[in-house]
Amino acid sequence: MTTTDSPPAPVAPVRRRRSSGDTERGFSRTFRWIATGAGALILATLAAVALFLIVRAWPAMTASSEALAEAVPRYPDDTSFIAYVGPLIFGTLLAAVLALLIATPVAMGVALFISHYAPRRLAQALGYLVDLLAAIPSVVYGLWGFTVLAPVLAPLWTWLNNWFGWFPLFAGDVSPTARTMATVAVVLAVMILPIITAVSREVFLQTPKLHEEAALALGATRWEMVRTAVLPFGQSGVISAAMLGLGRALGETMAVLMILSPGFLYSFKILQAAQQQTIAAYIALDFPEASGLAVNALIATGLALFVITLAVNMAARAIVARRKEFSGAN
Amino acid sequence: MAQRIDVKDVNIYYGDFRAVEGVTMTVDPKSVTAFIGPSGCGKSTFLRTLNRMHEVIPGAYVEGKVELEGVDLYGDDVDPVAVRRNIGMVFQRPNPFPTMSIKDNVLAGVKLNNRKISRSDADYLVESSLRGANLWNEVKDRLDRPGSGLSGGQQQRLCIARAIAVKPQVVLMDEPCSALDPISTLAIEDLIQELKKDYTIVIVTHNMQQAARVSDRTAFFNIAGTGKPGKLIEMNDTATIFSSPAEKATEDYVSGRFG
Amino acid sequence: MSTDTTTKDSTEYTRALLTTAEPRRRRTDRIMAGLIWSAFALAMIPLVSLLWTVLFSGAGRMSVDFLQYSMRGIFGGDPSGGIYHAIMGTLIITGCATLISVPIGILVAIYLVEYGRGPLARAVTFFVDVMTGIPSIVAGLFAVSLFTIFFGPGARFGLIGAVALSVLMIPVVVRSCEEMLKLVPNELREASYALGVPKWLTIVRIVLRTSVAGLTTSVLLAVARVIGETAPLLVAVGVTDSINFDPSEGRMMTLPVFIYRQYSQGQAPCREDQVNCVADIALQNAWGAALTLIAIVMILNIAGRLVNRWFAPKTR
Ligand SMILES: Nc1ncnc2c1ncn2[C@@H]1O[C@H](COP(=O)(O)OP(=O)(O)O)[C@@H](O)[C@H]1O
Ligand SMILES: [Mg+2]
Repeated sequence: MTTTDSPPAPVAPVRRRRSSGDTERGFSRTFRWIATGAGALILATLAAVALFLIVRAWPAMTASSEALAEAVPRYPDDTSFIAYVGPLIFGTLLAAVLALLIATPVAMGVALFISHYAPRRLAQALGYLVDLLAAIPSVVYGLWGFTVLAPVLAPLWTWLNNWFGWFPLFAGDVSPTARTMATVAVVLAVMILPIITAVSREVFLQTPKLHEEAALALGATRWEMVRTAVLPFGQSGVISAAMLGLGRALGETMAVLMILSPGFLYSFKILQAAQQQTIAAYIALDFPEASGLAVNALIATGLALFVITLAVNMAARAIVARRKEFSGAN
Repeated sequence: MAQRIDVKDVNIYYGDFRAVEGVTMTVDPKSVTAFIGPSGCGKSTFLRTLNRMHEVIPGAYVEGKVELEGVDLYGDDVDPVAVRRNIGMVFQRPNPFPTMSIKDNVLAGVKLNNRKISRSDADYLVESSLRGANLWNEVKDRLDRPGSGLSGGQQQRLCIARAIAVKPQVVLMDEPCSALDPISTLAIEDLIQELKKDYTIVIVTHNMQQAARVSDRTAFFNIAGTGKPGKLIEMNDTATIFSSPAEKATEDYVSGRFG
Repeated sequence: MSTDTTTKDSTEYTRALLTTAEPRRRRTDRIMAGLIWSAFALAMIPLVSLLWTVLFSGAGRMSVDFLQYSMRGIFGGDPSGGIYHAIMGTLIITGCATLISVPIGILVAIYLVEYGRGPLARAVTFFVDVMTGIPSIVAGLFAVSLFTIFFGPGARFGLIGAVALSVLMIPVVVRSCEEMLKLVPNELREASYALGVPKWLTIVRIVLRTSVAGLTTSVLLAVARVIGETAPLLVAVGVTDSINFDPSEGRMMTLPVFIYRQYSQGQAPCREDQVNCVADIALQNAWGAALTLIAIVMILNIAGRLVNRWFAPKTR
């Protein structure tokens, strides 16, 4: 070591301590864990739903077709499990898609009405009226569809069958009581109308004022403004709204159960009775009386429904979430 | 009651963004210290590190030392909740609790912490705090009415009463008058002069006349450009800062040449 | 004079410019406006028809007896039964579901608003949304499967239904409570922290206290949402004609299931000479119960909205 005249100045080392936000003590920390636990419970619940359905469905999915044919009412002889669920999935999808085709255009009209056409002061109250449709229990829809709507629609269905019977959907023998897929689709459309309207209305209202005014300043009429500014902006929102509606329609039980006269065919004849059945209505009809392997079979169909609705809902939510990220970036 | 604050080489971050850099200063007890400087230079940010309110913001953290009478506020064994009880804060916009009456607002710090207090002590505390905030005469007949029914200036004085009711050592004020009319502003400034007898006061202000009127010492913060960290440029007796500042930037700012 | 004519010309020209209707565009605009108005009118038809039918058909059956008696020992076209057992069942099961869902729902909302950062919070947000889409019958199947493990197959009692309803109710409670907590200004939280109040007390005494009206609204609307659920109760709780106050033991009737049950009963066989026999009594019972159920739902909805309007503190 070399000695120097001046000893090195004692440089006071500045202590650099990072102090971040996670400095809770005492019960605050416990409380954080409780709240986080509740959040995790959501994930656990969803996982549990899937797990229990799979566990209880498993015996039916692995059983021989003879055993199933014996235990399960309406089980077709000598067929695999898929052939048994197939028509039900078909019926479920048919009902939901038809309902969606009817509901989406109307819902877009209603949403535009509330966001851009109705008098400003009335708009909120009118929106509330549409929301009322969502408040009515589905069993009441079933009762209404069976006693009021079906008789009203019967002549219309006959007319459709007479003139457009060549079109596959309207072919077949028209049912005089109208307890058919067509009537079910109309009721389901009414039931999913509020959710599609509500989501579309929100996105239409978010259209940037700048875009709307730009269109108007170019001499656009109100409809042209809607077409050039509002609809393109709301496109993905309407798509996800429709998918949310689809998810609702897929799982709807009571209205189908009470209106539809069921069958188990891959049939597009929506004006004829005893053609199709949906999973949810099938379960509700047979579950109370079922026992043994039949219960497992019913739960297996329920699992199929769960998987389908989960996929549809996740897709819809993913679209919404991506939209949010986009608007957040702006 | 009043205690001194020593700040040593403090850097303040919002996540990766360094908002304030290398501040070292001393705040004298029983005095009023004013922070001035252009918008966005980190005055509020720095003020909030003095009572550990900064870390309430997710991702925010602090480097360096802030000492109250020689005790490092950011020491391992220090409870941030206790720090805030000893160093009170008044915000830019008056924020009385909307669900509470005037009286309950004053008692909020005591009641929210579930501390027991006898009725007579509570009444005494309410009166003395409201008197301390120069509000008693205006509200003594309606102590049970909601605090949100007061005027903006009264609400702000209610918030000051609320802050001093927990008997802090230091009161931090972040632009307490910027949302108020000139008359209410004067009332608050008078109040600050009174409070300084008992408390150490730090006030952020945009208004240089206000700094000149109320403060004993003034610190000038500046920022080199957007995205750069704010820095303490100069700190001195208020009279010196406004008459013969050492730095050119300070002179430009106080003479109104920019900012 | 020439200037005179040019002025006149240019006026005419301008007038022409400003008043020329482009008939096609105008017509399209009108037609679309008409379509949009009629879409709304179309959506109102089922609402009006439905409410009118329920009111009209249900009012005829409504009486004090109808609300006070059960269906115990009532057969065929006997019109002396009532829905007391179903009303009680609905209140008890929905009450239990509320007791389960509200604490969990509010805690999850607190987690998302006050603590939620990072991947867990994102996952919770996403799956709460996904959970709102679980078909109600699947929730029923889940609850039955869950309780089968402990009580064996064939177990049917009120709590199973309450668990099924909770699966449907929790995400609704979370979503709307989350919105309500977000409305509490951050300034109030900071004011509380600055008084040296720990975070958990700030949440309980300031955030929850400030938003209590909104939270009440959220809960009432969520209850209104699940009180009409039929399918899960059909599979999980079964049916009965008698009064049962015990949700942990035995089948229980609820209003929606009662409606379905009466609907599926069909016409009663009445002999010509039989007194005290009403052929369509089952359907009448169904409408009476539907009116009661809709009345409950509407009261909950209106109460929910009024609570928030009247009791919410002004937080700027
Ligand atoms: N919550 C925050 N998150 C991220 N950056 C912030 C936040 N608050 C303030 N900042 C940034 O910190 C800097 C200082 O802000 P602030 O302390 O509010 O300045 P002043 O109060 O002097 O006007 C600014 O650049 C601002 O953008
Ligand atoms: Mg500031």
